[in-house]
Amino acid sequence: MSTLDTERPEPAPAQPPLRRRRPRRSTLTRASGVGLGLAVVWFSLLVLIPLAAVVIAAADGGWDTFVNTITDGDTAAAIRLTVAEAALVTIVNVVMGTVIAWVLVRDRFPGKRVLEVVIDLPFALPTIVAGLVLLSLYGPDSPVGVNVVNTRQGIFLALLFVTLPFVVRTVQPVLLELDAEVEEAAASLGASRATTFRRIILPALAPAIAAGASLAFARAISEFGSLVLIAGNQPRNTEVASLKILKYIEGDQQAAAASVAVLLLLVAVVVIVALDLISRRVAARG
Amino acid sequence: MSIEIEGVNKFFGDFAALTDINLTIPTGQLTALLGPSGGGKSTLLRVIAGLEEADTGRVTIEGNDATSLPVQKRNVGFVFQHYAAFKHLSVRRNIAFGLEIRKRPKAEVNAKVEELLELVHLTQWGDRKPAQLSGGQRQRMALARALAIEPSVLLLDEPFGALDAKVRKELRDWLRRLHDEVHVTTVFVTHDQEEALEVADQIVVINDGKIEQIGTPDDLYDRPASEFVLSFLGPVTRLGGDLIRPHDIEISRYEQASTAAGPITRWTRVGFEVRLEITPDDALHPEPVQVALTRTEARALDLNLGDRVWLRPAVGAQSVISG
Repeated sequence: MSTLDTERPEPAPAQPPLRRRRPRRSTLTRASGVGLGLAVVWFSLLVLIPLAAVVIAAADGGWDTFVNTITDGDTAAAIRLTVAEAALVTIVNVVMGTVIAWVLVRDRFPGKRVLEVVIDLPFALPTIVAGLVLLSLYGPDSPVGVNVVNTRQGIFLALLFVTLPFVVRTVQPVLLELDAEVEEAAASLGASRATTFRRIILPALAPAIAAGASLAFARAISEFGSLVLIAGNQPRNTEVASLKILKYIEGDQQAAAASVAVLLLLVAVVVIVALDLISRRVAARG
Repeated sequence: MSIEIEGVNKFFGDFAALTDINLTIPTGQLTALLGPSGGGKSTLLRVIAGLEEADTGRVTIEGNDATSLPVQKRNVGFVFQHYAAFKHLSVRRNIAFGLEIRKRPKAEVNAKVEELLELVHLTQWGDRKPAQLSGGQRQRMALARALAIEPSVLLLDEPFGALDAKVRKELRDWLRRLHDEVHVTTVFVTHDQEEALEVADQIVVINDGKIEQIGTPDDLYDRPASEFVLSFLGPVTRLGGDLIRPHDIEISRYEQASTAAGPITRWTRVGFEVRLEITPDDALHPEPVQVALTRTEARALDLNLGDRVWLRPAVGAQSVISG
């Protein structure tokens, strides 16, 4: 019925209809080769070699030391507590961070600019100061009568405090870039606000939420400064993994310290990969 | 009557985007809302769709009062200038979106999507993501997506505005033919008078938030109600106190009864067309007169830059208004 039948449809960016694995050919010029070399050396010196050193240190004591360390009652409890608290904090952050980013981007209210700046405070503060801040409000001399020192709730609160900005700051720019017309298009096709959010907005935000969640989780399992003052460090109750590592080092048990570190590293990697996979799922679903 | 708009006013702060709009859009026709940017035509379209709420007035779609209906309930298909594609979904799932929301059976959705892919010539691109399509293809996808819900009206907001000239031309031919096939009441916004004249059954000229004139393309071109409509629909020039289209002026190399006379002071050739500027020496014409003729005509008359020529309105020249 139309001329468009006879002439070729406008050429689309070339891509074979079936996703075939393209042979990966290097596109490196001399300059970018030097750049890549520099990046690899830098990354190796700062990250890869120290990481390898920790793994070797953990291996030093042999498999038995590793297993004995992480199955030791106190240590296992510390690791469980750390991972559980971090997971919980990450879930809360995913929800609250997205809500806060939404409010900051979509709503207009007095004091918005101030809030924009204040969001970053937990991130900008030295964590020991964060601990001090929380201690002064929710400590033994709490003016509001809430004392969370030496409790798991205290750890939860401190972790929430220091991880607050991550999801907000990763989601915010993506939300800003979202095209309002896309939401209008969904509405004109009959989608309610909730459906539009679930099927159109959320898939677009998923990678950013996952990135923020990864950062928040990684920060939470490694948090130290703010917990030193709050957690109280009672074995099997409020002792977290990072403080346990410190205890091992102070007790001159390098291999044990490294074993805990390696386990934390594994957990972090697994969680980050899992979050990435989940976000890809959500992004593709819609 | 398909869409009735009565007494619609819309303000953005102090700015009156629409002033007392009364309009009837007939069923099954292709209506163009034509006017300059910022004139209120897109706002009117969005009011019809329910994407914008009018401050006063009523909108009736197919006999039902839609004034307070949200966009979701109006059953309108809306196509945006910048496609508004769902980037994370394949072309197929973009088109299926409205039907999936309506929880139609899967088999029915699939059949409808295939039918629409066929209609917009995207069958072989169904599994692509929108980012892998060209602009024209993306807009056809958006059109199929809007048609999938079998809307009572199809609304297009500058649908071809973001495309290059050639694709734009193809798509508007195609839209005209599509409309002849599908017969859904269609309203499209454009600032391109050629697009409106070529595609529309009815044109509504909107300027400064008001309707200037409503009519068929011929009505508007031949019997413009105002100087604005005359000048917006095509080039105009002033000859002897009247406004006239440059191609409605008769030009002669020999002295004759004429409205103006003077030398050719400018010569521009655009493809088959030759555009001349004649600068008459009388006080009646402070500005040069524009004349347009085909290259063949110019050659037959043996016209050259600097030649003195005599001008008068051609016999049967229309769109003359005392200015």
